[in-house]
Amino acid sequence: MAVQSIPVIKMVGITKHFGKVIANDDVTFELFPGEIHGLLGENGAGKTTLMNILYGLHQPDQGDIFVHGQSASIKSPHDAIQIGIGMVHQHFMQVPTQKVVDNVILGLKSAGKMLLNRDAARKRLMDISENYSLKVDPDAYVWQLSIGDRQRVEIIKALYRDIRVLILDEPTSVLTPKEIEELFHTVRKLVESGLSVIFITHHLEEALSITDQITVLRNGKVVGTIPTGSTDKRECASMMVGREVLFRLKREDGGGYEKHEVLRVENLSAVNDRDTPALRGISFNVFSGEIVGIAGVDGNGQSELVQILTGLRSISGGRFWVEGKEMTRASPKTILQHGVGHIPENPDDGLIAEFNLVDNVMLNMHDVPPYSQRGLLDKNKMVEKARELIQAYDVRTPNEKVKARTLSGGNKQKLIVAREISRNPRLLIAAHPTRGVDIGAEEYIRNLLLQKRHEGMAILLISTKLDEILSLSDRILVMERGRFMGEMSREMANIEKIGLLMAGSEA
Amino acid sequence: MANLSRIDLRAQIKHLDLAEIPSWLSTALIVILAFLLGGLVILAIGANPIVAYLSLLQAAFGDVNGFAETMVKACPLMLAGLGIAMAYRAKFWNIGAEGQIYAGGILAAVVGIHLAGLPRVFLLPATLLAGVLGGTLWGFIPGLLKARLKVNEVITTLMMNYIIIQLTAYLVTGPMRDTSSGITISPQLDPAAWLPIVIPKTRFHLGILLAIGSAFLMSWLIYKTVLGFQVRAVGEQSRTARFAGIPVERTIIWTMIISGALAGLAGGIEVSGVQHRLVEAFSPGYGYLAIAVALLANLEPIGVILSSILFAALLNGADAMQRAAAVPIPVIYVIEGIVILFIAIRILRRKSN
Repeated sequence: MAVQSIPVIKMVGITKHFGKVIANDDVTFELFPGEIHGLLGENGAGKTTLMNILYGLHQPDQGDIFVHGQSASIKSPHDAIQIGIGMVHQHFMQVPTQKVVDNVILGLKSAGKMLLNRDAARKRLMDISENYSLKVDPDAYVWQLSIGDRQRVEIIKALYRDIRVLILDEPTSVLTPKEIEELFHTVRKLVESGLSVIFITHHLEEALSITDQITVLRNGKVVGTIPTGSTDKRECASMMVGREVLFRLKREDGGGYEKHEVLRVENLSAVNDRDTPALRGISFNVFSGEIVGIAGVDGNGQSELVQILTGLRSISGGRFWVEGKEMTRASPKTILQHGVGHIPENPDDGLIAEFNLVDNVMLNMHDVPPYSQRGLLDKNKMVEKARELIQAYDVRTPNEKVKARTLSGGNKQKLIVAREISRNPRLLIAAHPTRGVDIGAEEYIRNLLLQKRHEGMAILLISTKLDEILSLSDRILVMERGRFMGEMSREMANIEKIGLLMAGSEA
Repeated sequence: MANLSRIDLRAQIKHLDLAEIPSWLSTALIVILAFLLGGLVILAIGANPIVAYLSLLQAAFGDVNGFAETMVKACPLMLAGLGIAMAYRAKFWNIGAEGQIYAGGILAAVVGIHLAGLPRVFLLPATLLAGVLGGTLWGFIPGLLKARLKVNEVITTLMMNYIIIQLTAYLVTGPMRDTSSGITISPQLDPAAWLPIVIPKTRFHLGILLAIGSAFLMSWLIYKTVLGFQVRAVGEQSRTARFAGIPVERTIIWTMIISGALAGLAGGIEVSGVQHRLVEAFSPGYGYLAIAVALLANLEPIGVILSSILFAALLNGADAMQRAAAVPIPVIYVIEGIVILFIAIRILRRKSN
């Protein structure tokens, strides 16, 4: 718990511009000893910039930093580590072809000696690993490790350098639910032994469950700092986005149309890129006006399933039909034209960064009337459509001529969703439709999916976010190692049950 | 106030990035810088750069004949450059324009020689079409190999250059040799297969106008047609294009058919408009220089017109520069080299952004 004393870190009046964009605007931030301090905000709120300044990666335009009450000048990560500040980035700074132990000691001088003392390093590494429950094999090569392992290596690297303050930048975004639990356990052990931790996140539940204090940033400014015990999800969310967020999504049952089977999958099996089984004979179906949610930890065959259903991956067995027509070996184009929309799991696969928004909207429509006739594009129609979608789906952009790479994550995803939904597909395959988007866009996209369901669209939702699966799906399938561990209706579903199935145990 | 604006200016310069300024402006800067640096080289060897450049300009554009000769050289560079630009738009690294020029030249010569006697309205188009066909075939093969079997196109296109250049040598020393001539050349094409001269008393032939027309046609193709859209999409992000249902393999094959056709037309025009026969080594590396032409023009078809004329002027003016200013011809290669170096830097800067 926070002890009222001299703050370990005090940042005062930090301002930082990138070109014309103001990333931090007069930010003041205090971290006390033994505290887990959550830094909460939407994408682009300035959380990472602030911490990169503390870690010496950026220099502030204005403002001062005090460490243990002493003014500090942090010109580089080296300076930061010298005064006891370590940071674990979202992208790990590791050499994949080297062993864990070599990665940990990389860049350190072994005092006064010419030769590396690997045994001593290994022993120290094992001690750290033991003390803070950071399980890792010092002699494994980094390329062999899972993302969770690699993150532990990164934390060990920081601890090996005797840091007193650890900054974790969105540490959970790459982890499975089980790994998140382990990370939280480690973080608690760190503060028990006297370290202070800054935890950057945009995930409300995580911030609420692990931190002692929460500082919320919005548009580069501090909205407020509050003790975690005296706040709740709703208050934090409204601080983050600047307005009340509706957490209860409106669900209405559709009417006025006959429900029929839109997608039918029988006994599908396939291998992944490493030639090991990814799907082991799965069968399911999706009806019109229904959202079927596939829950599961990433990497259990969901990606392969989506690729098969969109014609991007060949199958080793089984068949599938869309609206009664077999699509088992059809090309992506055939499947698309038969009324399947696809929100790819990685937004980079949905937009061409160097294309403007018009061309991006047209990616899968440019070859059909009215946007082209006999091979000739109709620019006016294309621009008209792009403008219409940008307006109707609230894509924030100066105009439709800018390149897609200039959009924020949430707006990129909105544009993709707009394009896919506007084609009015009979089946929409939505893979992680709100991954990496801010709360405002998340809420918007979820409501849109519900509205389309209400209008009779069949939606296959793949997500690792359980709240998303639970709040949207009519039926839930849990995928584990290429199989469905169970199926349940929304009424029967709860987090504990799904969690067990995801972890591979029969409920 | 003055102080403030200076800080502002410094910040501006700090943020100035080659990749952020408009591409036409960066191209202009590249050319100007190359000539400035080339001028230093000329100074270093004790000659006067201003005299050298003036004599170069005079030779390349100073009179009708000089201009015509520049355009005669610009023509194959322009067409092959368009072919390269087409392929590179789809990120197909075609190094084979030289071979596609030769393939076009051979077929054009075969038609122009063996269909002799046909009226011009048939024979001339047939000769040029034969050139297009030859280049198409030579571009289609590596396109197919890449699309279906993922064979690296840099290797296939480069190796196919050697095949066709040696084949040309074989043809003019053997089956197609003009036995009445002492040197290894084919007989002349039927004059009805020759491209008409547009500017009298020069070698400025109709093919040059065809090349300029091709640039506008290609610009239209790239920006206004479904195929052009797909070529750009595949070139920018083939994975995303595939996700969007664009047939990536088919697009690559079409790209190479068009790319080869343009270079093949260059070969056909060279034979029909300039040489009037098949000559061993009739292309002095136009197909390779065309890569620099296309890249300097940022793969913009209209830009290719200008950059091909620039490179042709260098080729054409080099002699005059040597005579008038005693600057050896290799200085021109230095300037070309500097241009290519800057182009490479521009590409790398864009990549790192």
